[in-house]
Formats: sequence, structure tokens, C-alpha cells
Amino acid sequence: MGQGGPKLSGAEIFFECLKREKVEYIFGYPGGSTLKIYEKLYDIDFLQHILCRHEQGATHMAEGYAKATGKVGVVLVTSGPGATNTVTGITDAYMDSVPIVVFTGQVPTSLIGNDAFQEADIIGITRPITKHSFLVRNVNELAPSIKKAFYIASTGRPGPVVVDLPKDMINSSTEFVYPDTVDIRGYKPKYTGHQNQIKKAAQHIASAKRPVLYVGGGVIMSNATQELRSFAIEYGLPVTMTLQGLGAFPGTSELSLGMLGMHGTYWANQAINNCDVLVALGARFDDRVTGKIDTFAPDAYKIHVDIDPTAIDKNVLVDLPIVGDVKNVITELRKVMPGKPQVEEWMKKIQGWKKDCPLEYEKGDGKLKTEYVLEKISEITKGEAVIVTDVGQHQMWAAQYYKYMHPRSNLTSGGLGTMGFSLPASIGASFGVKDRPVFSISGDGGFQMNIQELITIKAYNLPIKIIIINNSFLGMVRQWQELFHAEKYSFTNLSKSNPDFVKIGQAIGIESYCTENPDDVDDLLKKALKTNDRPTLIEFKVVKEDMVFPMVPSGSSISDMLLKRLNPQRMV
Amino acid sequence: MKRTITILVENRFGSFDRIATMFSGKGFNIHSISIGETEIQDISRMTIVTSGNDQIIDQVVKQLNRLIDTIKVTDLSDMDRTERELALITLPYQKGSIEEIKNISDIFRGFVVDINNKSITLEITGPPAKINAAVNVLMPYGIKEMARSGTVALSRGEQLKTRKMKVA
Repeated sequence: MGQGGPKLSGAEIFFECLKREKVEYIFGYPGGSTLKIYEKLYDIDFLQHILCRHEQGATHMAEGYAKATGKVGVVLVTSGPGATNTVTGITDAYMDSVPIVVFTGQVPTSLIGNDAFQEADIIGITRPITKHSFLVRNVNELAPSIKKAFYIASTGRPGPVVVDLPKDMINSSTEFVYPDTVDIRGYKPKYTGHQNQIKKAAQHIASAKRPVLYVGGGVIMSNATQELRSFAIEYGLPVTMTLQGLGAFPGTSELSLGMLGMHGTYWANQAINNCDVLVALGARFDDRVTGKIDTFAPDAYKIHVDIDPTAIDKNVLVDLPIVGDVKNVITELRKVMPGKPQVEEWMKKIQGWKKDCPLEYEKGDGKLKTEYVLEKISEITKGEAVIVTDVGQHQMWAAQYYKYMHPRSNLTSGGLGTMGFSLPASIGASFGVKDRPVFSISGDGGFQMNIQELITIKAYNLPIKIIIINNSFLGMVRQWQELFHAEKYSFTNLSKSNPDFVKIGQAIGIESYCTENPDDVDDLLKKALKTNDRPTLIEFKVVKEDMVFPMVPSGSSISDMLLKRLNPQRMV
Repeated sequence: MKRTITILVENRFGSFDRIATMFSGKGFNIHSISIGETEIQDISRMTIVTSGNDQIIDQVVKQLNRLIDTIKVTDLSDMDRTERELALITLPYQKGSIEEIKNISDIFRGFVVDINNKSITLEITGPPAKINAAVNVLMPYGIKEMARSGTVALSRGEQLKTRKMKVA
């Protein structure tokens, strides 16, 4: 079939497509089904291939790169186990709406369905966890499929796309033409919000007495942080952020209430409880945010701006939905705001809650606390670093104590809660961001889940500051066991089995340090920050009993927060 | 409450699976599902009968729309529409009962489509409620086998709209 372009092999077409998509990095691992691509890759110089040590790592690297830069992350793995190893990373990207394209090798089309060596139906396996997927069954479909994959991954609500490449498709040839545009009749993301709805929203916001902006990751994805900042400051609107929204608004601002939800600040949750107009911007009313749904912002007129119509009325029924790109909608909103709400009383009230129950932890007992380490990192980096956290207690403390100044600075696995995310994701971030320091922060449990990627970090000598918060426990699970499961610390104590992390770091060739003395924290962090040509690993041995507060027990109203340890005090 | 949703979908590898996976993954009900060609070569029409409260149905429609391969999703439940289902029903017969069975079939405007020494097969077409009624009446004769097509539906006037889309 003549398409009018030069005749190229599937492998050549693959790289021609990536070149046109301006791909800088591929995170991957070679194998039998992708040999031809790797053969071609040998001569490619317009992009760099990063060799992971496990394909799950490659997907998190792509996520880290995508979250830090806003560009599409690219993964290349072989068929069968190579493909199935990407499943956790793809699910993570799906839950947190991260644009990645995962190319999986596949057995030749003639063998598909025969239980061939290293065959897995990866399209079937990933169907519920991808935004879309393509099985290339005709070499003429290769270039259009890749074009569509990048388009679908990066537009609308972003997400992962899988492109399955049977070996014979890579090996056979066709005339190469890269389509200039994409037209998919079933996929037309709506970017502009409904004008009348926006006007209505503006009127409600302007006449609100107790307004709150509830900001999610969508604001960062749509690059709307500048618009958000101007809007909030101009109209004096307090801003609370979800875990994924942190960084959208400067953490040091008077108007910033910090994070809301299960481990949110007392004043953010109180503001939600008492607000009269709630404006959700690129957020999805996740259960970790809302707690018990019926009592979430009970008195508020709820406005919900989201690019994904399914996010609206999914968990919480809202009064005014606006489907559109947040950046666009905020810009339009600012044009039609009839006035400024009177919020002096409201801000005073919020400040009062902040004074009543500030974020605090026990100091002065000489013991090392995670909160202290994170406060120090925040202080030393002035909130300018890229912080890649794992999952668990340290993740919540990072959300509470790190004062993020910029978007795309807080990379974390929110929706799926994937332990082992931080180490590989920090690799992707480190390739994507050269002008700011990148910190990987993990607990001792999560660190061991993708520990093999330490080797990748050393192989590329990435200047990542690798922080291990070691409390010798699966801390968050331990916290739940203590609070809700009769103090049965079932399989959460790692103290007897944890390896010597410093020796592991050294064995790989990474300068590694360990301390349990609060006085060392400053020096060690500064030393790491000065080291810009290679990685540094620091293990902080922290107290194991520490718990993350405030806390809204799962399924409770966010007005029922546990504020203190051991003597859980219910505040309403 | 049962709802009838019709979906125009790309007639392409995997598009049916995506819809089925979405239903099971989100925990939505499927009472019946049918899929077939349309007047446009590369578009299939799927009719799904599902159930749920308004919020669930709202989500079903949105989630269907969100899939890349779905082109148009319409909840026909509150629209003027034509719904049909086809059933093939095989019953054993004895001397004498064959006339009764045939009479019942006639009342439901069915046809005898197969017969042998032991059993008779009827074809009955109509709105799902009519099929249910026929099945109820035939039950005492001992239904040996039954195959139902699931509902297919069109809104009245829908054909005109589809033609417009084809031009565009």
C-alpha cells in the first residue's frame, strides 16, 4: 500500500515517530521481542535510552519525568514479563493522570494466542488501567497509532497509553508518513467552559462570605498555577490543596491553608466544614479528601471545574459543574468577576483555627523525628527543590511540612499509593529537571520495593539526594494498627530484617551516610545539596512511635479529626 | 430502574472489550447487551440495558463517553423509542399440546421455525415485556432451551440524525 513516504522498517518508523514527538528519553529494558528496535537504537543519537533494572522502575521513571516536566514519559519494554512488570506503574499513571506512553514488545502476530514464549495479552491485562491502547496489527498502522498514542496520553485528562508492537510489525517495512494532525471522532476533549456557567460561578464567588478554593492536580497539569495565583490573590480567596495539588499555590502564602483531607491541616478541614462557597479546581473529591461524603462541606454551594466530565458528580453531587480546562476557566472567570467577596471575617476565623491547632511535634527530646528532617529540607532548599516521596507516613509529613513554592515539585503516588515509587520516579525527575535539586524520600519499607534502581542512579551518576526515613517499621500501617487494630503489630516490624542501607549504598558506589542525631541533619543535607555530580544517600534513623496527625479516621467526617497521639481528642 | 442506552462505537479490535471491562470494573449492571452493524461500514451499534439510580446512570453515560472508541452515547430511557428483542424457544410436545403451543405462538405473533419428533422451536419478536409474557405462558410446557438476543433499540428520528453525521 503506497503512502508516499520513504520505505522504512517498523523499527525505523518507531524512532522517526519518537523524533517527531520530540522524545528526549526512553526508559526501558531490552528483550527478545524488541531486539530489532534496540538494534536500531544503537545508532540513534537524538534521544537517550535509560536502562532501568526492573520494568516497574521504568514506568515510574517515565512518570517522574512526565510529572516534573509536563511532557510525555516514554517506556519501552519487551513482551511477556517485560510487559507485565509495567502494570503497577501504568495503574499508578492512570490513577494520577500522568501522560506516559508504554511500548511493549509482542510475539509475532502469527503466534498471538498460541501461548508462545514470553507472550502475554498485555492489551487485555491493561485495558482497565489505560486511557487507551493500540495493538499494531498492520505495519501501516504503526505511525498513526504512535501519533494517536501521544495525542491521547497528553490531551484532555492525561493518562497512560499502551502500544503493543508484535515482532513482525517491527521487522517489516512500509512507506513512512507521519500524520500532521489527529482526528479521532470519539475523542474531542472540551477545553473551554460553558460561558453562562462561568458567569454564574463568578457571581457566587463574588458574593460569598466564606469561600474556599479546593485545588487538585489538574491545576498543575493544565499549567494554570499562574492564573490560580493571580485569581486567589486578587480576590483574597483562601486555597487548600490536595496531595497532588501541592505546589500549585505557594505554601508560604497567607492564603495557603496547606493540604486538606485525611492528614490535612486542622484549619483547612475546618474551612471546608464551614465554607459557604467551595470551588473545586481540577480535583476529584477523592475519599482521602472528603472523608464521609454526606458531611463534606455541608453548607457550601459547590462549584466543580474539571476537564473530565466523569469526575463531576462521581463522588459528591455539585451545584454548578463546569467542564473545561482549568487554565481556560480561571482566565474566563477573572474576566467576569462582578466584585470582590468580603472575606476579612472569614480569614480571621481561619487564622484562629490555625492558632488553635497548628502543625506541631515534640521537640527538644534529642530524638530524631521525620517532621524535623522534612522541615530542615524545606528550610535548606527554600521550597525550591523537587521532592519525590514514596508512600506512607513520611509522604504525609512531607505534604504537611515541606513548603512547596512551585508546581511540578511534589511528585508522589497519590491515587494508587504505590510503595517503591520514589526511587525510580526521582530518576525520571532528575533527567527532566536540571536546574533544581531532586530529593528522593522513602521510608525503609518502600525503599526496598524498588531498591534495584539505586544501581540505575549510580550508572548515570544522577545528583539525586536519596533520603531514607528509617523507623524500622511500615510506619503508616503500624499507625493504623496502633489506633484501630488493637495494637497488633502484625508484620510491620522490619527492625530485625532491615539491611544496612549505608553498606548497600556503598556497595553500589554511592556516598552514603547515616545518623540518628538531630544535630547532624543540617550538615548532612547541606553536604548532599552541594554534591551536584553524583548521588548522595542519607539514612535518617528516626523514632518508630511517631504518628501522623491530624488524622481523619477512614470513613469519618472531616470534622472528626484526631489531633493528638494517645489521647485522641475529637474536635468539632 | 432499567435504562436502555445505545452506543455508536468504532467497529475495531478491542472496542467491545473496553465497554464490557468498564462496566465490570465500575460495578455497573448489564441486563442485556447486543451489538451489530449499522448503515455506516466501520461503526457498530450497541444497545445496553442497565439499571441504577440517576447518579449511576449519569456516570454510566459519562464513562461510556470517556472511552476513545465510543462515538455517540444516548440514554433512550426517557425518549420516544422502538425496542425489540428476539427469542428462540424450544419446547417438548406431546400429542395434543402442539396445537396449544402453536396457538400461544400465534397470539404473540410468533413463528414455528423448527420442529422434530420431540420438540418444537418458536421465534418470537417484540418489546422485551412481550417476550417475558410469552415465556411465562410457555413455561408450563417445559422450556428445553431458550436464546434471547437482548434488546435492540432506536429512538424515533434517530436514523435521520445518524445520516446527518455520516455527511459530516
